[in-house]
Amino acid sequence: MEFIKFKNVTKKYKNGVVALYNLNLSIEKGDFCFIIGGSGSGKSTLTKLLYREEKPTQGEIILGGLKVNKLRNANVYKLRRKLGIVFQDYRLLPKANVYENVAFALEVMGESKKNIRPRVLKAIELVGLKSKLRDYPEDLSGGEQQRVAIARAIVNEPKLLICDEPTGNLDPVMSMEIVELLAEINKKVGTTVIMVTHDKEIVNNMKKHVIALKDGHLYKDYKEGEYIDEVL
Amino acid sequence: MKFFRLLGRSIRDAFKSVGRNFSLSLASISCIVITLTIIAISIVISYNVNNFSEELKKDLTIVAFVSNDALDTDLDKIKTKIGEISNVESVTLKDKTSIMKEMMDEDDAFKTAMSEWDEESNPLQHTYLVKVNDIEKIAETANTIKNLDNIDVVKYGEGMVDQLVTVFKVIQKVAIVAVVALVLMTMFLIVNTIKLTIFSRKREISIMRLVGASNFAIKLPFVVEGMILGFIGSIIPVFIMIYGYYSLYRYFGGRLFTDLIKLVHPEPFIYLASLIVIVIGILVGMFGSGRAVRKYLKV
Repeated sequence: MEFIKFKNVTKKYKNGVVALYNLNLSIEKGDFCFIIGGSGSGKSTLTKLLYREEKPTQGEIILGGLKVNKLRNANVYKLRRKLGIVFQDYRLLPKANVYENVAFALEVMGESKKNIRPRVLKAIELVGLKSKLRDYPEDLSGGEQQRVAIARAIVNEPKLLICDEPTGNLDPVMSMEIVELLAEINKKVGTTVIMVTHDKEIVNNMKKHVIALKDGHLYKDYKEGEYIDEVL
Repeated sequence: MKFFRLLGRSIRDAFKSVGRNFSLSLASISCIVITLTIIAISIVISYNVNNFSEELKKDLTIVAFVSNDALDTDLDKIKTKIGEISNVESVTLKDKTSIMKEMMDEDDAFKTAMSEWDEESNPLQHTYLVKVNDIEKIAETANTIKNLDNIDVVKYGEGMVDQLVTVFKVIQKVAIVAVVALVLMTMFLIVNTIKLTIFSRKREISIMRLVGASNFAIKLPFVVEGMILGFIGSIIPVFIMIYGYYSLYRYFGGRLFTDLIKLVHPEPFIYLASLIVIVIGILVGMFGSGRAVRKYLKV
């Protein structure tokens, strides 16, 4: 079942730079998809269009039946509640502990404390940080901080998890652990995962659906297991 | 329920933020204190001036003395003519016999001197007591009455009344200009306080956006912070006003220098005025922060 569809999407920034040219692609529900490509290939722009940080100059983006490009600014938050977003720099609150960082996502939506607690504990358990509930970000390793960010992204049980270079700041062992965690969430919960990366080793090992971009164009769309390392 | 939870969270965040940016918050609060103190004084003065004007309106009477040459038959004609003047509310005749009796009752010295007078030898004059609608036109009305036939002299406490009304009007105008200037300055300070808060919480705001907090939930803590600054800033002026006015009222015994200027009784006036000052404080805070949120928080 088609979950995400890009139809003839072009994105031109105000400074004249064209990040994506007439992009067409689709991602199935429950898919685990890597977006790969060199610098300036349009990977990050693609994710920004998905969570409506940017609007396409032309074309249409459909996410779970919702026309993202037609969404008004005031209603963007409704889309974001259905998504989980993870970044390379974790984006945690430094003065809040693990529990508070994850709970923050539900608190700002006005959820009750009674409702928040079990959901936060479940998410933290899923990422394997149950023993570090009261630790602060500065006490955690990079990998652990990224796990907190993932727990915060999945606590709202999103339909789609967008990860923009989540392993960019981590060593290879930690990177692999994070990707395996994402794969586990994808398998266990059925969350669709889109992961932007330039780490070819991970992509080679995972043998998942891969969308390769080059200079803002769709270079190739590899089905599961089709990807073999090649220089883009 | 969600609204109240968000409100609770916003109040908690707002208090934290006031503490975090304490020096700037203190500057805003100090400015609000000065502004609201002046507003409070203006309210007290304006209300008392209004009250004084109203009392004057009730008490102020033009006294028109009828010439002794006038015949008794002329008295009704004069009354009708005075009554026809546009600013005149009512006309009452006080004949010279009743005036004499009143004076005799007032003072024993008068009693002795006047007891020998009969109706013919009574040198006092018949008078008309005239009440006016518009106190500001009293001089004009008095002049019109004076020009009527058989009217000798007209008195209405001219000079002092005019001066008092003018002085109070000037005070009112100066107070209004000062208040508007201070309100604008306070708004400017609040905008800057909230701007700093927004910048210091940029990371938090960007995370809020990512996890799907509504614009309302993002803006609310800042607006609440402005309202809290306004509220805190209104406490001192309210105390100054209540304590100051009670002391003033007691010290002067409810009147200012003369019986003509009576002060408004503190209750319930001063409590109502306090409420107005608090509401103004909260509103100034709310609009100041609302402006900052619109300008610096791009949601």
